[in-house]
Amino acid sequence: MGILITLLVAVAVAVALLQVVPLLVYGERKISAWIQDRDGPNRVHLTIKGVPIMPKGLMQPLADAIKLMFKEDMVPTKADRFLFMLAPVIAVVPNAAAFCVIPFGDNWVIASMGLDVNLQVSNANAGILVTLALSSLAVYALAFGGWAANSKFPLMGGLRATAQIISYEIALGLALISVLLTAGTLDLQEIVHQQAHNFTDWNMFKQPLAFFILLVAAFAENNRLPFDLPEAESELVGGYHTEYSGLKFSMFFMGEYLAMVSMSGVIVTLFMGGWSLPGIIDPGSLSFFHGPATVLCFVVKMAAVLFFYIWVRWTLPRFRYDQLMNIGWKKLIPLALLNIGVTALVLAS
Amino acid sequence: MYLDFTNVLVFFIVGLVFVILNVSVLSRILRPSIPHEEKETTYECGEPAIGSSWIRFDIRFYTVALIFLIFDVEVAFLYPWAGVFKRSLDEIKEAKAMGLELTATQASIGSFLFFEMLIFVLILVVGFVYVWAKGDLQWIKTMTGQEDQQKN
Repeated sequence: MGILITLLVAVAVAVALLQVVPLLVYGERKISAWIQDRDGPNRVHLTIKGVPIMPKGLMQPLADAIKLMFKEDMVPTKADRFLFMLAPVIAVVPNAAAFCVIPFGDNWVIASMGLDVNLQVSNANAGILVTLALSSLAVYALAFGGWAANSKFPLMGGLRATAQIISYEIALGLALISVLLTAGTLDLQEIVHQQAHNFTDWNMFKQPLAFFILLVAAFAENNRLPFDLPEAESELVGGYHTEYSGLKFSMFFMGEYLAMVSMSGVIVTLFMGGWSLPGIIDPGSLSFFHGPATVLCFVVKMAAVLFFYIWVRWTLPRFRYDQLMNIGWKKLIPLALLNIGVTALVLAS
Repeated sequence: MYLDFTNVLVFFIVGLVFVILNVSVLSRILRPSIPHEEKETTYECGEPAIGSSWIRFDIRFYTVALIFLIFDVEVAFLYPWAGVFKRSLDEIKEAKAMGLELTATQASIGSFLFFEMLIFVLILVVGFVYVWAKGDLQWIKTMTGQEDQQKN
């Protein structure tokens, strides 16, 4: 019974995660329209016998998906076919799997059925390492995709992407370490419990520098503006996915958004108290509504982080490549190392 | 514990099924397939593509990858240390509060753990400083710099 429920939770979260992407795409288009004083998607809707089911514009992601499904799939004759097929798969799967160690709710006790559901897909030991490992697998998608097409623009995009992602991964890892130092554990559920009682316990206030470094590195890891040089559509056509068409192209798109979702889950869990809300949500409560309430709180916080992602994208211009490398190696990494040293010194004294 | 990694696997499988179902099954039925020689040429702004793209590329990418490898191993070593550091400090504090007799090593565990890691990190920082001073972190090397190198 217990095994069945954990498997059920795993499948439910995986399916839900894949449904978040179209919503996020719609959100991004609406928010960007709002920032630029436009309307955004406002036509495609669903009406059954005169009864509006979906308001105008909300069916746009579905329409896009259907359109992409009907598009012819072309593979350049000069391409390496195997890697060309493999890259879109790698773009989606590890990015989705990176979410599975993140606790999206407290233990949900359903007394009437005698159940105790752990609202975390996998309570793996040292969960944060699993997330890091899986999310860094995604770099293969960009490297393979860029290389396999045997075309100049994708190659440039792929090379840039690889160098960028591995550079910022170090800053990301180092920023996480200073948080784990103050937490004293690698167990994500426990880190959330530590932040559950006071707003001042949130790691974004305890470790502001680490929070800032992690945010910058997360933008670079996910190829979001101001660090979207691998795509850089105005100079590299489309970067690593120039030669892709149809659904294979959309898999890269999905992968990017899934990476954003997983990364915002990490940010919320480590820095913003995860599913907890001090003063309102009582951790360890046995009430039936405790489970849904914590999940709702987590989703709202994640939406806030995702909104920030989109907001930054439509506000800041793109960096130059040498600036990007300079920020990564010469500013973020020394800062993160210093932060670890100071944190350890404060803890030890 | 093993069940937890099974769940990671379940995630993998759901993702794989999703991709394969969409790309290779559903879309294959729906999409047209009208291959044409010119459609399948490599894109190069409308001109016929010149040569292969699998050429030698700049060594800077290789340097970055090398430095990354070393630093990533360092980061991986720092994780277990970060997990243990506070716990062992707390244990010693508790023992002190209970009035237990401590050996000299136990009493100085904080500074021991700190300096142990400091030495480990410093060894790598020496390499980092070397790479920095050598100018390998400088993405754009100025012409004047190159002239200097030629003179040397």
